[in-house]
Amino acid sequence: MNISQTPLYRRRKRLNQLVMLLCQLATVIGFVFLFAILFTLVTKGIGAISPSTFVERTRMTGGGLGNAIWGTFIMTCAATLIGTVIGVAAGTWLAEYSGKGVMAKVIRFINDILLSAPSIIIGLFIYAVVVVPMGNFSAWAGVLALTVIIVPVVIRSTEDMLRLIPNSLREAAAALGAHRWWIIVRVCYSGARAGILTGILLGFARISGETAPLLFTSLNSNQWNFFDLGSEMANLPMTIYQNMTINAFIPDLVALAWGGALILTAAILILNIAARYFSRQRS
Amino acid sequence: MTADISLKQKRDADPVDATPAPQVATKLRVDDLSLYYGKFQALKNVSMEIPERQVTAFIGPSGCGKSTLIRCFNRIHDLYEGIRTEGQILLDDHDIYDSGVDLNLLRSRVGMVFQKPTPFPMSVFDNVAFGIRLYEKLSARELEERVEWALRKAALWNEVKDKLKQSGQALSGGQQQRLCIARTIAVKPEVILLDEPTSALDPISTGYIEDLINELKKDYTIVIVTHNMQQAARISDITAFMYLGSLIECDDTTKIFTQPKESRTEDYITGRYG
Repeated sequence: MNISQTPLYRRRKRLNQLVMLLCQLATVIGFVFLFAILFTLVTKGIGAISPSTFVERTRMTGGGLGNAIWGTFIMTCAATLIGTVIGVAAGTWLAEYSGKGVMAKVIRFINDILLSAPSIIIGLFIYAVVVVPMGNFSAWAGVLALTVIIVPVVIRSTEDMLRLIPNSLREAAAALGAHRWWIIVRVCYSGARAGILTGILLGFARISGETAPLLFTSLNSNQWNFFDLGSEMANLPMTIYQNMTINAFIPDLVALAWGGALILTAAILILNIAARYFSRQRS
Repeated sequence: MTADISLKQKRDADPVDATPAPQVATKLRVDDLSLYYGKFQALKNVSMEIPERQVTAFIGPSGCGKSTLIRCFNRIHDLYEGIRTEGQILLDDHDIYDSGVDLNLLRSRVGMVFQKPTPFPMSVFDNVAFGIRLYEKLSARELEERVEWALRKAALWNEVKDKLKQSGQALSGGQQQRLCIARTIAVKPEVILLDEPTSALDPISTGYIEDLINELKKDYTIVIVTHNMQQAARISDITAFMYLGSLIECDDTTKIFTQPKESRTEDYITGRYG
């Protein structure tokens, strides 16, 4: 008997087609929204972008976004730097040293909570423990808030990537007489490097667009502030937010906000593509 | 009987002698060794001697404790928790389970090649140089020479000399395994443990590695675990048969395969079980 004629086979085939269709539909819906966002940003934002957007500071009317782009860049880089050191160290401890201890389970659980904590809560926390005692808003407070957001991302990806390194490689390195930390540094990190880097880049992309943690930490400013992390610092997400809300009656600023949104989105897109590229390099 | 052989001495050419000398020094002596994984006893009072510069093969059905035993010789078990040993293993008359033993130094003297090839995620050159850099400060030139020496010894040089900078993981399975052997030889250990080194390889690669083992025994004490009895018969001088965690019989390979003393050994090598 021809097996393709049996009811069981036909039913399975129909089910297969149905599931395929649903999957494709879901993909299409995702794409539609993504492209709608990109389309809106490009059409509304491209007109506001000119060379002066990058070199002029924000003003009450006109001006550019230079100080905001710089501020976001500086604070994101500083937070990523601190977050990478803490995150990679903690992730390494969890993957390589913690074993099956209770401590590791607790840390992993707390880290998962932190990973999904609302960013405004983190902003409030830094406001309470840093801004209020110090008496003023500062870029440092903003950096700290962003660090709290990126650390769990880096911890997670570092631990996951190190766990992908097979134990046989650790055994092989130990069998040559290598010390444990040397095995981690030379063998495990070289295998996990691309994955850890991808995690850091994704974390960088995530915090570069965060608004809520900066609301009551670094605040915003119309002035150029290059390296004075002790005082307020302009940033892109806050500028977009303010221009679209309290300054919505000034057409220049609304147009600039769209331009800023486009720049931010393009930067995050490029970072994501870079992350993809790095993780592809791994295989 | 056993001279006190200090770390990495004896590299000067030895007279090549294909037939085992009647009186050979003992390199490793296992003394009433038992090993427990938690409550499970995986090795039961094993006692034996492993002669210097000969090939000792361990055969036996899966789960009989062969790998567990040779993993005691470099204490690689110590990487994991919940494993307990009793008894002694003497390497040149010094107990390797002594509390003062430096594990990393021990492992630089007792090298190991695993069942699955384990190239590190780095270049072919760096793979071989990895172990050397741990214990010796060589100039760039000396390091290059040593890497070439090890790769030649492992019969891999001609195939990789133009791709030393490529990833070791890009080589074929057989080449990867020879790379792992080169990496082990490069640190000039005294003993080389091979845990089913050819079970993942095709017959041609297996042939290469068997030739290599024959070549290496001039300088090194070799211990090999194998599931392939023809392999044990082809390459080893001494064969040990293990069953259910016990050492059943250990003797000259020709004796084990022609007139074993134990009926269980005979049953196994004639294929009645296992």
